[in-house]
Order: sequence, then C-alpha cells, then structure tokens
Amino acid sequence: MQSHLLSIIYLIGSVSFIMGMKMMGNAKTARKGNLVGAAGMTLAIVGTIVLHEGEVSPVIYGLILLAILIGTIVGWMTAKKVQMTKMPELVSIFNGMGGACAALISLIEFNHTKHTTHIMEVVEHIIPSDGIAPGTFFCILAGLIIGSISFSGSIIAFLKLNGTLDKPVRLPKYNIINTIFLIAIVAFAAYLFKVETPTLVYALFAMSLLYGVMFVLPIGGADMPVVISLLNSFTGVAAAFGGFLYGNYVMLTGGILVGSAGTLLTIVMCEAMNRPLFNVIFGAFGGGAASAEGTSEKGTIKDISVADTATLMNYSKRVVIVPGYGLAVAQAQHVIHELEMILEERGVEVKYAIHPVAGRMPGHMNVLLAESNVDYGKLVEMDDINPEFPNTDVVLVVGANDVVNPAAKTDPSSPIYGMPILDVENAKHIIINKRSMNAGYAGIDNLLFYNPKNSMLFGDAKKVLTELVAELKTM
Amino acid sequence: MENIQSILADPKQVDHIVQMIYFVILAIFVGIEVIGGVPSILHTPLMSGANAIHGVVIVGAIYVMLNSDPENYVSLALGFLAVLLGTLNVVGGFVVTDRMLEMFKKK
Repeated sequence: MQSHLLSIIYLIGSVSFIMGMKMMGNAKTARKGNLVGAAGMTLAIVGTIVLHEGEVSPVIYGLILLAILIGTIVGWMTAKKVQMTKMPELVSIFNGMGGACAALISLIEFNHTKHTTHIMEVVEHIIPSDGIAPGTFFCILAGLIIGSISFSGSIIAFLKLNGTLDKPVRLPKYNIINTIFLIAIVAFAAYLFKVETPTLVYALFAMSLLYGVMFVLPIGGADMPVVISLLNSFTGVAAAFGGFLYGNYVMLTGGILVGSAGTLLTIVMCEAMNRPLFNVIFGAFGGGAASAEGTSEKGTIKDISVADTATLMNYSKRVVIVPGYGLAVAQAQHVIHELEMILEERGVEVKYAIHPVAGRMPGHMNVLLAESNVDYGKLVEMDDINPEFPNTDVVLVVGANDVVNPAAKTDPSSPIYGMPILDVENAKHIIINKRSMNAGYAGIDNLLFYNPKNSMLFGDAKKVLTELVAELKTM
Repeated sequence: MENIQSILADPKQVDHIVQMIYFVILAIFVGIEVIGGVPSILHTPLMSGANAIHGVVIVGAIYVMLNSDPENYVSLALGFLAVLLGTLNVVGGFVVTDRMLEMFKKK
C-alpha cells in the first residue's frame, strides 16, 4: 500500500518538475514555476523518508534528518546572503554538490554489490533476477564517472569565476591527452565489471575527478557559463542513472529533464556567443593570449576627465550605456541608475545595451540592473540596439570589454573572432570606464581603446560614476 | 555475460527494459520542448532552476541511507555526506533561483 502511495507521490513530483520548468520559461510565471518545482521536490523527499517500508534503525533516520537540517540551513543562508554578482559561482557550486551526491551514491552501491547481496533487494523491482544485473553495474559506474566529473569540473569553474584561477591552464596537446584519458576511464570502468576488487572503484573515482579538472582547466573564463550549463546537464544525467539504478521515476524524470533541457540550453548559449560547443570544449580559444600580442600599430590612448565627461553627456541627445561585469563587481548598478535618471531629467535619452553574455551568464546583467530598479524597457538587446549606435552621441562603456571588442569582427586570429558584439564604434563618442589597462575576461587586448573617437575614463566604476553624478548636478 | 543472456531470455525483463527506453526518449523530448523558445534573459534563472531540479538525486541518497547496514560506518558516513550535499543542491538551488526571479517580478 505504502509503496503505491509513494509511486503516486513520485508521479506528482515528476509532473511538478515538468510544469515548473515550463513555467520558468515565461517571465510572468517563472517565479511560480520555481516554487512548483520546489514543492514537488519537497513532496518527493518527504515521501521517500516517511513511506519507506522495512525496518530502519532510528540512528539512520537521525542521520538523514541531521544531514537535511544542516544542508537546508547552510544552503538557505548561502543562497540568501551571497551577492547577485556572485550568482554564477553559486550555481556552479550547487551543481557540484549534486554531482558529488550522485558519485557518492554510486560509491556506496558499488561496495554494497561487491560486499553483500543487498543490491539484489534494491534492484529486485527493476530487474527481478537472481544475479547482479549488468545494467545495475553500468548505472553505478556511469553515475560515478559523470557525477565525479561534474563535481570537480564545477569546483574548477567556481574557482575560475571567482578569479582564483584566472588564466586558462593548458598542457601541451591537452585535447589529445584529455581524450586518451577519457578513453582510459571508460576502459578501466569496463575492467571493473570483471574484477572483484572493490578498492579499485576508488581509483576510478579519483580518475574521474581528475578528468573533471583537466576538462575545465583549459577552457577560458569567458566560456564558463557554457561550461556550467554543460556540467549542469551532466549532473542531470548522473541523477538519471541513479533513477535507473533504483527504478525510481522521479529521479529519472528530474535527471533526464535537466539532462536534455540543459544540453539544449548549452547549445542555445553557444549560439548567442556564436561559438560552436565543439570550439568551447576543444578550445578554439587556444593560444588566445599570444595571438593578440601580434597586432602592433595600436595608436594612442586618450584620457578624459570626469568634468569633461559630464559636459559631453549633458549636451548629448542620446546616450547608450554598455554595462559589463566590471560594473557589477564595483557594485555600481545603483549609481548608474542615478546617472540615467539625472540625464533623463535633462532631456537626454538613455538606454542600456545588453549583450547576450553581459555579466557572467546570459541574462545575468538584466538581473543585476533589475535589482537596482532600472526600467525594464530601457534594457535593449544587442540586435535591437546595434542599428541605433550611428545616432547615438555618447556611448558609456562601464566595466565591459570583450563584448565591445572590434577584434571579434576584424581579426580572424582573435580568440573571440565571430562573437557578435555591440557596434559601439559607430557612435559619435565612446567613453570607456575601466580601472586600468588590463585585458578583459577573455584575456585579450581591445583595439577600441585606440579608436580616435574613444576616451578612457580611468577609475573604479562606482567612484567615477558617483563623481559624474555629482558633477552633473552642479550643471 | 551469461547475465545478459538470462535477461534477454525473460520476456518480462525485456518488456521492462523497453518500457524504460520509451520513458527515457519521451522525457528527453519533454526536456527539449520545455526549453524551446525561451527568451535569452531567462536563461540564467532557468539554468539555475534546472540545477535545483537535478538535486532530486538526493532521493537516491536517502534511499541508500535507509537501506544501509547501521554497522557499516563507511557506508553511513558517505551516505550522510551524500544527503547533505544533495540538500545543499536542492535548497540552495531553489532559493537562489527564487531570488533571481523575484527581481524580474518587480516591474
């Protein structure tokens, strides 16, 4: 009886995941959709614990509840407290936790199957046979490999996003090494089918973890959103293998749903950056930093003062602001809104040009500006704003670099060649606010800085913009 | 490999496997359908929401714990860790997604 009830609960859970995801695809219903998914998840978790059949020692119940309690408190606090700029890192870390969870399940089940006959009870309802089904082993090992890769890969992605690992690390011929290594992992897993040495599974675990590191390390920081999205779908697949293992439909639905939706999302993101997924993984970014050095005749860089910027903007008709991640890092999204309002008061038309990958993820910049109450209608997407640049008097680029780098169009040797950019060079004046002359996130030089129409406004975004607002007020 | 043969010899098991394959294929298409035509500004929240949903792997972790031998300390420790990490994935994932989407709602 209880197990039937549990099946129905899993069915409700599965449907809520599908409905939730569907609702999240529409701005109006998105928040509700997330809650629908969360409700389904809660139901599935509570059902799994409460409706379990068979004797379970109270110690185990205690441990489960303790783990859930700690996880809930820590997860909740972290998710609530972390600044929105750090959000991509957070998604990456949470994704890694899910991957690790899948890997640990496999580790435990592997030991169970090797040491005891416990697994037979477990798989009985999937494949009621007398031996250990090969399918079971396959699921355990696949879950272990994919989960581990997702875990260590996510940790590296996290470290890259928060700047600890800021340069791509590449072994010579890393593509070939990685491919061979992956084949070795698969071969080793196949070997584990045969041997009876449980300890070897830890070797497979270690190898998979190492592969995750090697997989993400060579990929440039600018491609991290794509990597996170990909690892996200990996974890989904790992969860689905767990679902196979236990014949558990809610895990299957959740896992496969995220696996396929995540893969599609990854491809869509790649399209937004005009970078085929293959290039992201196998590194057309390769040797990026070196190739940009070659272009010599750069010209000179002009400085501009805050006072001159204020004057220029005050007498403009149309101003476009190009916000980048630097703006978010400097926590300047509120000041920029203030700047926008004061300019609007003076009759200057102000818009924001949002590159699809502005910030660290698609849509990240929209979230950040929405946080500081910027009117949604003022956020203009790249394809709509590009034709407007020739009629724009001043473009103010704050903390963005790669998304306005003309090398994406003109220099085939550039690592970002082919990425659609904001055509700011068509505007009458360009003002770029930067802290220093350091290269952007992709680690490449920007010829826009040397454009005769361009002036550099050096300084911390928040400080400079605050000064700019103060200056405008006196005019 | 005699295992595989024994499974294939049993029509019930073959049926079960085929059913599973049906399920997987349909679920894959549902996943693709669900994402189709989503505006790019929603990509980040959607990725984050999907991230929370694969946290369903925690159900497997709880299952492992419930079936663990209370004397097998390695198993218990790993299981405890798995449930903890799974919870982090689920709770953190949903809460951070909600925070993101809250901002979209203001307007």
